[in-house]
Amino acid sequence: MADTPSYGFETLAVHAGAAPDPVTGSRATPIHQTTAFVFDDVDHAASLFNLQVFGNIYTRLTNPTVAVLEQRLAGLEGGRGAVAAASGHSAQMMAFHVLMEAGDHFIAAKQLYGGSLTQFGQSFKKFGWDATTVDATNVQNFRDAMRPNTKAIFIENLANPGGVVVDVEAVAAVAHEAGVPLIVDNTLATPFLARPFEWGADIVVHSLTKFLGGHGNSLGGMVVESGKFDWAQNDKYPSLTEPNASYHGLKFYETFGDMAYSVAIRAQSLRDLGPALSPMNAFLILTGIETLPLRMERHCDNALKVAEFLEAHPKVDWVSYAGLKSSRFYDLGKKYLPRGAGAVFTFGVKGGFESGVTIVENVELISHLANIGDTRSLIIHPASTTHRQLGEAELIAAGAGPDVVRLSVGIETVDDIIRDLDQALSRV
Amino acid sequence: MDHERYDDTYIRAILRETKIIAMVGASSNWNRPSYFAMKYLQRKGFRVIPVNPREAGKEILGETVYASLAEVPDKIDMVDVFRNSEAAGPVADEAVAVGAKILWMQLGVRNDAAAARAEAAGLKVVMNRCPKIEFGRLSREIGWMGINTGVISSKRRSQL
Repeated sequence: MADTPSYGFETLAVHAGAAPDPVTGSRATPIHQTTAFVFDDVDHAASLFNLQVFGNIYTRLTNPTVAVLEQRLAGLEGGRGAVAAASGHSAQMMAFHVLMEAGDHFIAAKQLYGGSLTQFGQSFKKFGWDATTVDATNVQNFRDAMRPNTKAIFIENLANPGGVVVDVEAVAAVAHEAGVPLIVDNTLATPFLARPFEWGADIVVHSLTKFLGGHGNSLGGMVVESGKFDWAQNDKYPSLTEPNASYHGLKFYETFGDMAYSVAIRAQSLRDLGPALSPMNAFLILTGIETLPLRMERHCDNALKVAEFLEAHPKVDWVSYAGLKSSRFYDLGKKYLPRGAGAVFTFGVKGGFESGVTIVENVELISHLANIGDTRSLIIHPASTTHRQLGEAELIAAGAGPDVVRLSVGIETVDDIIRDLDQALSRV
Repeated sequence: MDHERYDDTYIRAILRETKIIAMVGASSNWNRPSYFAMKYLQRKGFRVIPVNPREAGKEILGETVYASLAEVPDKIDMVDVFRNSEAAGPVADEAVAVGAKILWMQLGVRNDAAAARAEAAGLKVVMNRCPKIEFGRLSREIGWMGINTGVISSKRRSQL
Protein backbone atom coordinates (compact mmCIF):
# COMPACT_ATOMS: atom_id res chain seq x y z
CA MET A 1 0.00 0.00 0.00
CA ALA A 2 2.71 2.45 -1.03
CA ASP A 3 0.99 5.82 -1.20
CA THR A 4 4.16 7.88 -0.91
CA PRO A 5 6.93 8.73 -3.35
CA SER A 6 9.57 6.02 -3.41
CA TYR A 7 13.10 7.04 -2.51
CA GLY A 8 16.41 5.45 -3.43
CA PHE A 9 18.25 3.20 -1.02
CA GLU A 10 20.97 5.73 -0.19
CA THR A 11 18.33 8.38 0.61
CA LEU A 12 16.49 5.96 2.89
CA ALA A 13 19.75 5.00 4.63
CA VAL A 14 20.22 8.64 5.65
CA HIS A 15 16.63 9.77 6.20
CA ALA A 16 14.05 6.98 6.70
CA GLY A 17 12.26 7.42 10.02
CA ALA A 18 14.12 10.60 11.00
CA ALA A 19 12.87 14.20 10.93
CA PRO A 20 13.90 17.42 12.65
CA ASP A 21 12.74 17.48 16.26
CA PRO A 22 9.39 19.33 16.27
CA VAL A 23 10.14 21.29 19.44
CA THR A 24 13.82 22.18 19.18
CA GLY A 25 14.55 21.78 15.47
CA SER A 26 17.46 19.41 16.20
CA ARG A 27 18.45 17.86 12.86
CA ALA A 28 20.28 14.80 14.17
CA THR A 29 18.05 12.29 15.94
CA PRO A 30 17.97 13.17 19.67
CA ILE A 31 18.92 10.47 22.17
CA HIS A 32 15.81 10.09 24.32
CA GLN A 33 17.62 8.70 27.36
CA THR A 34 14.52 8.31 29.51
CA THR A 35 12.74 5.35 31.02
CA ALA A 36 9.21 6.77 30.93
CA PHE A 37 6.93 9.38 29.32
CA VAL A 38 4.27 11.53 30.97
CA PHE A 39 0.56 11.09 30.24
CA ASP A 40 -1.70 14.04 29.38
CA ASP A 41 -4.40 12.71 31.72
CA VAL A 42 -5.82 9.37 32.88
CA ASP A 43 -7.88 8.92 29.73
CA HIS A 44 -4.75 9.38 27.60
CA ALA A 45 -2.97 6.81 29.78
CA ALA A 46 -5.82 4.33 29.38
CA SER A 47 -5.92 4.87 25.61
CA LEU A 48 -2.17 4.23 25.38
CA PHE A 49 -2.32 1.05 27.46
CA ASN A 50 -5.26 -0.19 25.38
CA LEU A 51 -3.26 0.49 22.15
CA GLN A 52 -5.99 2.89 20.98
CA VAL A 53 -3.68 5.85 20.38
CA PHE A 54 -0.05 6.07 19.31
CA GLY A 55 2.40 7.29 21.90
CA ASN A 56 5.08 6.44 24.40
CA ILE A 57 4.62 4.88 27.82
CA TYR A 58 7.86 3.22 28.85
CA THR A 59 11.13 2.61 26.99
CA ARG A 60 10.77 -1.17 27.24
CA LEU A 61 7.84 -0.81 24.81
CA THR A 62 8.66 2.22 22.67
CA ASN A 63 11.24 4.98 22.65
CA PRO A 64 11.43 7.83 20.12
CA THR A 65 15.13 7.25 19.30
CA VAL A 66 14.65 3.52 18.95
CA ALA A 67 11.54 4.14 16.82
CA VAL A 68 13.60 6.07 14.27
CA LEU A 69 15.89 3.05 13.95
CA GLU A 70 12.89 0.74 13.58
CA GLN A 71 11.46 2.86 10.79
CA ARG A 72 14.90 3.07 9.17
CA LEU A 73 15.11 -0.73 8.94
CA ALA A 74 11.50 -1.08 7.81
CA GLY A 75 12.24 1.45 5.07
CA LEU A 76 15.48 -0.17 3.94
CA GLU A 77 13.93 -3.64 3.81
CA GLY A 78 10.75 -2.42 2.12
CA GLY A 79 8.74 -3.71 5.08
CA ARG A 80 5.59 -2.56 6.85
CA GLY A 81 6.99 -2.28 10.36
CA ALA A 82 9.84 -3.29 12.63
CA VAL A 83 10.64 -3.91 16.28
CA ALA A 84 14.12 -3.40 17.71
CA ALA A 85 15.77 -5.64 20.28
CA ALA A 86 18.85 -5.57 22.49
CA SER A 87 20.66 -8.08 20.27
CA GLY A 88 20.18 -10.21 17.18
CA HIS A 89 19.57 -13.19 19.44
CA SER A 90 16.71 -11.52 21.31
CA ALA A 91 15.24 -10.33 18.00
CA GLN A 92 15.15 -13.96 16.87
CA MET A 93 13.52 -15.04 20.11
CA MET A 94 10.77 -12.44 19.66
CA ALA A 95 10.28 -13.31 16.00
CA PHE A 96 9.32 -16.83 17.09
CA HIS A 97 7.54 -15.90 20.31
CA VAL A 98 4.44 -14.56 18.55
CA LEU A 99 4.31 -17.55 16.19
CA MET A 100 5.01 -20.47 18.52
CA GLU A 101 3.16 -22.21 21.33
CA ALA A 102 4.74 -24.87 23.53
CA GLY A 103 4.80 -28.10 21.50
CA ASP A 104 5.17 -26.30 18.16
CA HIS A 105 7.84 -26.94 15.57
CA PHE A 106 9.86 -24.99 13.03
CA ILE A 107 12.38 -25.85 10.35
CA ALA A 108 15.77 -24.15 10.22
CA ALA A 109 18.60 -24.33 7.74
CA LYS A 110 21.62 -26.26 8.95
CA GLN A 111 23.78 -23.50 7.46
CA LEU A 112 23.34 -20.89 10.18
CA TYR A 113 25.43 -18.83 12.54
CA GLY A 114 26.51 -21.29 15.25
CA GLY A 115 24.93 -19.16 17.96
CA SER A 116 21.54 -19.49 16.25
CA LEU A 117 21.86 -23.27 16.09
CA THR A 118 22.64 -23.36 19.82
CA GLN A 119 19.74 -21.01 20.63
CA PHE A 120 17.33 -23.18 18.65
CA GLY A 121 18.69 -26.53 19.82
CA GLN A 122 19.24 -25.75 23.50
CA SER A 123 17.32 -22.77 24.86
CA PHE A 124 14.24 -22.92 22.61
CA LYS A 125 13.84 -26.56 23.62
CA LYS A 126 13.17 -25.34 27.17
CA PHE A 127 10.20 -23.36 25.83
CA GLY A 128 8.84 -26.50 24.19
CA TRP A 129 9.80 -25.22 20.74
CA ASP A 130 11.16 -27.98 18.56
CA ALA A 131 13.50 -27.17 15.65
CA THR A 132 14.49 -29.49 12.82
CA THR A 133 17.63 -28.46 10.94
CA VAL A 134 18.01 -29.36 7.27
CA ASP A 135 20.59 -28.86 4.54
CA ALA A 136 19.37 -25.65 2.88
CA THR A 137 21.20 -26.32 -0.38
CA ASN A 138 18.40 -28.77 -1.30
CA VAL A 139 15.01 -27.05 -1.10
CA GLN A 140 13.14 -30.36 -1.02
CA ASN A 141 14.55 -30.92 2.48
CA PHE A 142 12.28 -28.18 3.82
CA ARG A 143 9.21 -29.77 2.24
CA ASP A 144 10.12 -33.17 3.68
CA ALA A 145 10.57 -31.78 7.20
CA MET A 146 7.16 -30.07 7.29
CA ARG A 147 4.78 -31.25 10.05
CA PRO A 148 1.21 -30.29 10.97
CA ASN A 149 2.53 -28.25 13.92
CA THR A 150 5.26 -26.49 11.90
CA LYS A 151 4.91 -22.71 12.33
CA ALA A 152 7.81 -21.24 10.33
CA ILE A 153 10.91 -21.80 8.20
CA PHE A 154 14.10 -20.00 9.21
CA ILE A 155 17.13 -19.44 6.95
CA GLU A 156 20.11 -17.16 6.48
CA ASN A 157 20.13 -15.99 2.87
CA LEU A 158 23.90 -15.51 3.00
CA ALA A 159 25.00 -17.91 5.70
CA ASN A 160 27.61 -17.21 8.35
CA PRO A 161 30.48 -18.22 8.37
CA GLY A 162 30.01 -17.48 4.75
CA GLY A 163 30.01 -18.67 1.22
CA VAL A 164 26.57 -20.35 1.22
CA VAL A 165 23.73 -18.61 -0.65
CA VAL A 166 20.25 -20.03 -0.13
CA ASP A 167 17.55 -20.02 -2.84
CA VAL A 168 15.16 -17.69 -0.95
CA GLU A 169 12.47 -17.64 -3.62
CA ALA A 170 12.22 -21.43 -3.72
CA VAL A 171 12.18 -21.80 0.07
CA ALA A 172 9.50 -19.09 0.33
CA ALA A 173 7.33 -21.12 -2.06
CA VAL A 174 7.67 -24.19 0.18
CA ALA A 175 6.73 -22.15 3.25
CA HIS A 176 3.68 -20.65 1.56
CA GLU A 177 2.47 -24.04 0.28
CA ALA A 178 2.29 -25.04 3.95
CA GLY A 179 0.73 -21.74 5.06
CA VAL A 180 3.69 -20.69 7.22
CA PRO A 181 5.94 -17.63 7.00
CA LEU A 182 9.56 -17.63 5.86
CA ILE A 183 11.91 -15.89 8.30
CA VAL A 184 15.21 -14.73 6.80
CA ASP A 185 18.26 -13.64 8.78
CA ASN A 186 19.64 -10.92 6.49
CA THR A 187 22.52 -9.94 8.78
CA LEU A 188 25.44 -10.81 6.53
CA ALA A 189 23.95 -9.37 3.34
CA THR A 190 22.21 -6.31 4.84
CA PRO A 191 19.35 -4.78 2.83
CA PHE A 192 21.93 -3.03 0.66
CA LEU A 193 22.94 -6.36 -0.90
CA ALA A 194 19.68 -8.33 -0.57
CA ARG A 195 16.06 -7.52 0.19
CA PRO A 196 14.43 -10.86 1.08
CA PHE A 197 10.86 -9.46 0.91
CA GLU A 198 11.33 -9.03 -2.84
CA TRP A 199 11.79 -12.81 -3.08
CA GLY A 200 8.80 -13.80 -0.95
CA ALA A 201 10.16 -13.74 2.60
CA ASP A 202 7.62 -12.64 5.22
CA ILE A 203 9.83 -11.74 8.18
CA VAL A 204 13.43 -10.49 8.25
CA VAL A 205 15.64 -10.55 11.34
CA HIS A 206 18.93 -8.76 11.86
CA SER A 207 21.83 -8.53 14.16
CA LEU A 208 22.38 -4.77 13.85
CA THR A 209 25.68 -5.35 15.64
CA LYS A 210 27.28 -6.34 12.35
CA PHE A 211 27.38 -4.34 9.10
CA LEU A 212 24.31 -2.19 9.79
CA GLY A 213 25.82 -0.57 12.90
CA GLY A 214 29.06 -1.33 11.18
CA HIS A 215 31.61 0.04 13.62
CA GLY A 216 31.79 -2.71 16.21
CA ASN A 217 30.55 -0.45 19.01
CA SER A 218 26.90 -1.39 19.74
CA LEU A 219 24.79 -4.52 20.04
CA GLY A 220 21.31 -4.48 18.56
CA GLY A 221 18.73 -6.61 16.80
CA MET A 222 15.62 -6.10 14.67
CA VAL A 223 12.53 -7.96 13.46
CA VAL A 224 10.96 -6.56 10.27
CA GLU A 225 7.64 -7.71 8.80
CA SER A 226 6.57 -7.47 5.18
CA GLY A 227 2.92 -6.89 6.09
CA LYS A 228 1.87 -9.32 3.36
CA PHE A 229 1.37 -12.59 5.24
CA ASP A 230 -2.27 -13.65 5.82
CA TRP A 231 -2.29 -14.78 9.46
CA ALA A 232 -5.92 -15.87 9.25
CA GLN A 233 -5.48 -18.37 6.38
CA ASN A 234 -5.27 -21.20 8.97
CA ASP A 235 -5.55 -21.61 12.73
CA LYS A 236 -1.79 -21.78 13.34
CA TYR A 237 -1.30 -18.32 14.87
CA PRO A 238 -3.64 -17.81 17.86
CA SER A 239 -1.46 -14.99 19.28
CA LEU A 240 -2.49 -12.96 16.23
CA THR A 241 -5.99 -14.17 15.44
CA GLU A 242 -7.56 -15.16 18.78
CA PRO A 243 -8.72 -12.77 21.54
CA ASN A 244 -5.80 -11.73 23.75
CA ALA A 245 -6.61 -11.91 27.46
CA SER A 246 -4.04 -9.29 28.47
CA TYR A 247 -5.71 -6.76 26.15
CA HIS A 248 -9.29 -7.59 27.18
CA GLY A 249 -10.00 -9.82 24.21
CA LEU A 250 -8.43 -7.69 21.48
CA LYS A 251 -7.60 -9.61 18.29
CA PHE A 252 -4.34 -8.29 16.88
CA TYR A 253 -4.78 -9.27 13.23
CA GLU A 254 -8.34 -7.96 13.04
CA THR A 255 -7.40 -4.67 14.74
CA PHE A 256 -3.99 -3.93 13.24
CA GLY A 257 -4.22 -5.67 9.87
CA ASP A 258 -1.00 -5.63 7.90
CA MET A 259 1.02 -4.41 10.88
CA ALA A 260 -0.41 -6.94 13.36
CA TYR A 261 2.74 -9.02 13.66
CA SER A 262 5.00 -6.14 14.65
CA VAL A 263 2.40 -4.64 16.99
CA ALA A 264 1.99 -8.08 18.60
CA ILE A 265 5.74 -8.50 19.05
CA ARG A 266 5.86 -5.11 20.77
CA ALA A 267 2.74 -5.57 22.88
CA GLN A 268 3.36 -9.21 23.82
CA SER A 269 7.00 -10.24 23.34
CA LEU A 270 8.84 -6.99 24.07
CA ARG A 271 6.45 -6.31 26.96
CA ASP A 272 6.85 -9.74 28.56
CA LEU A 273 10.34 -10.89 27.56
CA GLY A 274 11.84 -7.42 27.89
CA PRO A 275 14.88 -7.24 25.57
CA ALA A 276 14.52 -3.54 24.73
CA LEU A 277 17.28 -1.77 22.81
CA SER A 278 18.90 1.14 24.63
CA PRO A 279 18.36 4.60 23.05
CA MET A 280 22.12 5.22 23.05
CA ASN A 281 22.78 2.06 21.04
CA ALA A 282 19.96 2.99 18.67
CA PHE A 283 21.62 6.35 18.08
CA LEU A 284 25.02 4.81 17.36
CA ILE A 285 23.53 2.22 15.01
CA LEU A 286 21.51 4.93 13.22
CA THR A 287 24.68 6.90 12.65
CA GLY A 288 26.33 3.79 11.25
CA ILE A 289 23.47 3.05 8.87
CA GLU A 290 23.80 6.47 7.22
CA THR A 291 27.00 5.22 5.55
CA LEU A 292 25.89 1.60 4.99
CA PRO A 293 25.83 1.84 1.16
CA LEU A 294 29.32 3.36 0.99
CA ARG A 295 30.74 0.87 3.46
CA MET A 296 29.16 -2.20 1.87
CA GLU A 297 30.56 -1.31 -1.54
CA ARG A 298 34.06 -1.09 -0.07
CA HIS A 299 33.56 -4.20 2.11
CA CYS A 300 32.52 -6.22 -0.95
CA ASP A 301 35.27 -4.86 -3.23
CA ASN A 302 37.90 -5.61 -0.60
CA ALA A 303 36.48 -9.05 0.18
CA LEU A 304 36.56 -10.12 -3.45
CA LYS A 305 40.19 -8.99 -3.84
CA VAL A 306 41.22 -10.74 -0.62
CA ALA A 307 39.37 -13.92 -1.66
CA GLU A 308 41.13 -13.88 -5.06
CA PHE A 309 44.49 -13.38 -3.36
CA LEU A 310 43.88 -16.31 -1.00
CA GLU A 311 42.58 -18.59 -3.75
CA ALA A 312 45.87 -18.10 -5.62
CA HIS A 313 48.04 -18.55 -2.51
CA PRO A 314 50.07 -21.79 -2.36
CA LYS A 315 49.41 -22.30 1.37
CA VAL A 316 45.62 -22.06 0.98
CA ASP A 317 43.64 -25.20 0.10
CA TRP A 318 40.27 -23.65 -0.60
CA VAL A 319 38.26 -20.43 -0.30
CA SER A 320 34.49 -20.44 0.26
CA TYR A 321 33.25 -17.09 -1.06
CA ALA A 322 30.16 -16.80 -3.27
CA GLY A 323 31.79 -13.96 -5.22
CA LEU A 324 34.40 -16.32 -6.65
CA LYS A 325 33.61 -18.07 -9.94
CA SER A 326 34.89 -21.29 -8.36
CA SER A 327 32.09 -21.20 -5.76
CA ARG A 328 29.14 -23.56 -6.25
CA PHE A 329 26.99 -20.64 -5.04
CA TYR A 330 28.32 -18.17 -7.62
CA ASP A 331 25.13 -18.27 -9.77
CA LEU A 332 22.76 -17.96 -6.78
CA GLY A 333 24.94 -15.09 -5.62
CA LYS A 334 24.49 -13.33 -8.96
CA LYS A 335 20.71 -13.67 -8.57
CA TYR A 336 20.30 -12.72 -4.91
CA LEU A 337 23.39 -10.59 -4.25
CA PRO A 338 24.06 -8.73 -7.51
CA ARG A 339 25.97 -5.92 -5.80
CA GLY A 340 28.42 -8.19 -4.01
CA ALA A 341 28.66 -11.40 -2.01
CA GLY A 342 29.31 -9.77 1.34
CA ALA A 343 32.56 -9.58 3.28
CA VAL A 344 32.54 -12.63 5.56
CA PHE A 345 33.94 -15.92 4.33
CA THR A 346 36.11 -18.88 5.28
CA PHE A 347 39.21 -20.40 3.83
CA GLY A 348 41.17 -23.57 4.54
CA VAL A 349 44.85 -23.34 5.32
CA LYS A 350 47.30 -26.14 4.56
CA GLY A 351 48.63 -27.82 7.70
CA GLY A 352 45.33 -27.85 9.61
CA PHE A 353 44.88 -26.78 13.22
CA GLU A 354 48.45 -25.58 13.88
CA SER A 355 48.49 -23.47 10.72
CA GLY A 356 45.18 -21.85 11.66
CA VAL A 357 46.59 -20.91 15.06
CA THR A 358 49.77 -19.55 13.43
CA ILE A 359 47.80 -17.24 11.16
CA VAL A 360 45.50 -15.70 13.79
CA GLU A 361 48.42 -15.23 16.19
CA ASN A 362 50.63 -13.51 13.62
CA VAL A 363 48.31 -11.01 11.93
CA GLU A 364 49.18 -7.44 12.91
CA LEU A 365 46.57 -5.26 11.21
CA ILE A 366 43.69 -7.74 11.28
CA SER A 367 42.08 -8.21 14.72
CA HIS A 368 41.77 -11.66 16.29
CA LEU A 369 38.30 -11.62 17.86
CA ALA A 370 34.81 -13.14 17.72
CA ASN A 371 32.75 -10.66 15.74
CA ILE A 372 32.02 -9.76 12.13
CA GLY A 373 30.86 -6.73 10.21
CA ASP A 374 33.22 -4.12 11.64
CA THR A 375 35.01 -1.37 9.68
CA ARG A 376 38.16 -3.21 10.86
CA SER A 377 39.21 -6.51 9.32
CA LEU A 378 38.62 -9.40 11.73
CA ILE A 379 39.85 -12.97 11.84
CA ILE A 380 39.08 -16.06 13.88
CA HIS A 381 40.09 -19.72 13.89
CA PRO A 382 36.87 -21.40 15.10
CA ALA A 383 38.45 -24.75 15.98
CA SER A 384 40.75 -23.13 18.58
CA THR A 385 38.25 -20.60 19.93
CA THR A 386 34.47 -20.51 19.45
CA HIS A 387 34.17 -24.23 18.66
CA ARG A 388 36.92 -25.47 20.98
CA GLN A 389 34.59 -27.78 22.94
CA LEU A 390 33.76 -29.85 19.86
CA GLY A 391 35.49 -33.02 18.67
CA GLU A 392 36.98 -33.23 15.16
CA ALA A 393 33.89 -34.86 13.58
CA GLU A 394 31.64 -32.25 15.15
CA LEU A 395 33.98 -29.47 14.04
CA ILE A 396 33.76 -30.60 10.42
CA ALA A 397 29.97 -30.98 10.61
CA ALA A 398 29.73 -27.40 11.93
CA GLY A 399 31.86 -26.07 9.07
CA ALA A 400 34.59 -25.34 11.59
CA GLY A 401 37.13 -28.00 10.70
CA PRO A 402 40.69 -27.71 12.05
CA ASP A 403 41.92 -25.91 8.92
CA VAL A 404 39.06 -23.36 8.71
CA VAL A 405 39.82 -19.66 9.18
CA ARG A 406 37.01 -17.05 9.05
CA LEU A 407 37.61 -13.54 7.81
CA SER A 408 35.43 -10.44 8.03
CA VAL A 409 37.05 -8.09 5.56
CA GLY A 410 37.04 -4.45 6.64
CA ILE A 411 37.20 -1.18 4.75
CA GLU A 412 40.92 -0.50 5.17
CA THR A 413 43.24 -0.17 2.15
CA VAL A 414 42.92 -3.59 0.56
CA ASP A 415 46.64 -3.90 -0.17
CA ASP A 416 47.34 -3.55 3.54
CA ILE A 417 44.89 -6.35 4.40
CA ILE A 418 46.45 -8.61 1.78
CA ARG A 419 50.00 -7.80 2.92
CA ASP A 420 49.08 -8.69 6.51
CA LEU A 421 47.57 -12.03 5.49
CA ASP A 422 50.57 -12.74 3.27
CA GLN A 423 53.08 -12.21 6.06
CA ALA A 424 51.00 -14.34 8.47
CA LEU A 425 50.71 -17.12 5.87
CA SER A 426 54.47 -16.96 5.29
CA ARG A 427 54.97 -18.27 8.85
CA VAL A 428 52.89 -21.39 8.19
CA MET B 1 -9.72 7.97 -10.13
CA ASP B 2 -7.19 5.27 -9.35
CA HIS B 3 -8.27 3.47 -6.18
CA GLU B 4 -5.25 1.18 -6.00
CA ARG B 5 -3.05 3.93 -4.64
CA TYR B 6 -3.70 7.46 -3.42
CA ASP B 7 -1.26 10.35 -3.38
CA ASP B 8 -0.40 11.63 0.09
CA THR B 9 -1.62 15.06 -1.02
CA TYR B 10 -5.10 13.64 -1.77
CA ILE B 11 -5.43 11.93 1.64
CA ARG B 12 -3.92 14.89 3.47
CA ALA B 13 -6.38 17.32 1.87
CA ILE B 14 -9.33 15.10 2.83
CA LEU B 15 -8.21 14.84 6.45
CA ARG B 16 -7.62 18.60 6.61
CA GLU B 17 -11.03 19.59 5.23
CA THR B 18 -12.97 17.11 7.37
CA LYS B 19 -14.45 18.24 10.67
CA ILE B 20 -17.46 15.98 11.22
CA ILE B 21 -17.29 12.24 10.50
CA ALA B 22 -20.32 9.95 10.54
CA MET B 23 -19.05 6.46 11.39
CA VAL B 24 -21.39 3.83 9.98
CA GLY B 25 -21.03 0.56 11.85
CA ALA B 26 -19.60 2.16 15.00
CA SER B 27 -19.52 -0.23 17.95
CA SER B 28 -19.90 0.40 21.67
CA ASN B 29 -17.61 -2.58 22.34
CA TRP B 30 -14.35 -0.93 23.36
CA ASN B 31 -12.08 -3.52 21.78
CA ARG B 32 -13.60 -3.36 18.29
CA PRO B 33 -11.51 -1.63 15.60
CA SER B 34 -14.22 1.01 15.01
CA TYR B 35 -14.08 2.04 18.67
CA PHE B 36 -10.27 2.39 18.41
CA ALA B 37 -10.60 4.57 15.32
CA MET B 38 -13.37 6.71 16.83
CA LYS B 39 -11.44 7.33 20.03
CA TYR B 40 -8.28 8.24 18.15
CA LEU B 41 -10.01 10.57 15.70
CA GLN B 42 -11.80 12.34 18.58
CA ARG B 43 -8.45 12.99 20.23
CA LYS B 44 -7.24 14.50 16.96
CA GLY B 45 -10.06 17.06 17.00
CA PHE B 46 -12.60 15.41 14.71
CA ARG B 47 -16.20 15.12 15.81
CA VAL B 48 -17.27 11.52 15.20
CA ILE B 49 -20.98 10.71 15.13
CA PRO B 50 -21.77 6.98 15.43
CA VAL B 51 -24.39 5.42 13.14
CA ASN B 52 -25.63 1.94 13.92
CA PRO B 53 -29.32 0.89 13.99
CA ARG B 54 -28.64 -1.78 16.64
CA GLU B 55 -27.19 0.80 19.03
CA ALA B 56 -29.49 3.72 18.15
CA GLY B 57 -30.26 6.03 21.08
CA LYS B 58 -27.27 4.84 23.12
CA GLU B 59 -24.08 6.83 23.56
CA ILE B 60 -20.59 5.89 22.36
CA LEU B 61 -17.67 7.97 23.63
CA GLY B 62 -20.05 10.80 24.55
CA GLU B 63 -21.86 10.90 21.19
CA THR B 64 -25.47 9.84 20.54
CA VAL B 65 -25.81 6.90 18.15
CA TYR B 66 -28.22 7.36 15.21
CA ALA B 67 -29.99 4.60 13.30
CA SER B 68 -29.17 6.03 9.86
CA LEU B 69 -27.25 8.83 8.18
CA ALA B 70 -30.54 10.59 7.38
CA GLU B 71 -31.27 10.93 11.12
CA VAL B 72 -27.99 12.69 11.93
CA PRO B 73 -28.93 16.33 12.64
CA ASP B 74 -25.47 17.76 11.89
CA LYS B 75 -23.91 18.45 8.52
CA ILE B 76 -21.64 15.50 7.73
CA ASP B 77 -18.29 16.04 5.99
CA MET B 78 -17.15 12.42 5.79
CA VAL B 79 -18.97 9.11 5.93
CA ASP B 80 -16.59 6.42 7.27
CA VAL B 81 -17.86 2.93 6.41
CA PHE B 82 -17.15 0.18 8.95
CA ARG B 83 -19.38 -2.31 7.08
CA ASN B 84 -18.56 -5.02 4.54
CA SER B 85 -18.03 -4.22 0.87
CA GLU B 86 -21.55 -5.20 -0.15
CA ALA B 87 -23.19 -3.12 2.56
CA ALA B 88 -21.05 -0.16 1.52
CA GLY B 89 -23.27 0.20 -1.60
CA PRO B 90 -26.45 1.47 0.10
CA VAL B 91 -24.32 3.48 2.56
CA ALA B 92 -22.72 5.27 -0.39
CA ASP B 93 -26.17 6.23 -1.73
CA GLU B 94 -27.20 7.55 1.69
CA ALA B 95 -23.95 9.52 1.89
CA VAL B 96 -24.81 11.19 -1.40
CA ALA B 97 -28.37 11.85 -0.21
CA VAL B 98 -27.24 13.63 2.98
CA GLY B 99 -24.74 15.79 1.08
CA ALA B 100 -21.50 14.37 2.49
CA LYS B 101 -18.32 15.51 0.76
CA ILE B 102 -16.24 12.40 1.33
CA LEU B 103 -16.99 8.68 1.26
CA TRP B 104 -14.34 6.67 3.06
CA MET B 105 -14.43 2.85 3.13
CA GLN B 106 -12.35 1.11 5.80
CA LEU B 107 -9.43 -1.28 5.39
CA GLY B 108 -10.70 -4.36 3.59
CA VAL B 109 -13.81 -2.59 2.30
CA ARG B 110 -14.01 -1.88 -1.43
CA ASN B 111 -17.06 -1.34 -3.66
CA ASP B 112 -16.11 0.15 -7.02
CA ALA B 113 -19.69 0.60 -8.25
CA ALA B 114 -20.61 2.51 -5.09
CA ALA B 115 -17.45 4.60 -5.44
CA ALA B 116 -18.37 5.48 -9.03
CA ARG B 117 -21.88 6.60 -8.00
CA ALA B 118 -20.48 8.74 -5.18
CA GLU B 119 -17.85 10.28 -7.45
CA ALA B 120 -20.49 11.04 -10.07
CA ALA B 121 -22.33 12.97 -7.35
CA GLY B 122 -19.19 14.98 -6.59
CA LEU B 123 -17.89 13.15 -3.53
CA LYS B 124 -14.23 12.30 -2.98
CA VAL B 125 -13.78 8.59 -2.34
CA VAL B 126 -11.18 6.56 -0.45
CA MET B 127 -11.39 2.77 -0.24
CA ASN B 128 -9.52 0.06 1.67
CA ARG B 129 -7.83 2.51 4.04
CA CYS B 130 -8.31 3.54 7.67
CA PRO B 131 -8.43 7.27 8.53
CA LYS B 132 -6.77 6.57 11.88
CA ILE B 133 -3.86 4.80 10.23
CA GLU B 134 -3.59 7.44 7.48
CA PHE B 135 -3.67 10.29 10.02
CA GLY B 136 -1.08 8.49 12.11
CA ARG B 137 1.07 7.83 9.06
CA LEU B 138 0.98 11.34 7.59
CA SER B 139 1.54 12.93 11.02
CA ARG B 140 4.30 10.31 11.47
CA GLU B 141 2.80 9.31 14.84
CA ILE B 142 2.47 5.73 13.66
CA GLY B 143 6.25 5.66 13.37
CA TRP B 144 6.42 5.69 17.16
CA MET B 145 5.33 2.05 16.89
CA GLY B 146 8.10 1.28 14.39
CA ILE B 147 5.69 1.36 11.46
CA ASN B 148 7.08 2.47 8.11
CA THR B 149 5.39 5.78 7.21
CA GLY B 150 7.25 6.21 3.93
CA VAL B 151 7.26 9.93 4.70
CA ILE B 152 10.56 11.84 4.50
CA SER B 153 10.67 15.52 5.39
CA SER B 154 13.36 18.02 6.35
CA LYS B 155 10.75 20.20 8.05
CA ARG B 156 9.79 20.23 11.68
CA ARG B 157 6.91 17.82 12.15
CA SER B 158 3.50 19.39 11.69
CA GLN B 159 0.32 17.73 12.82
CA LEU B 160 -0.51 16.53 9.32
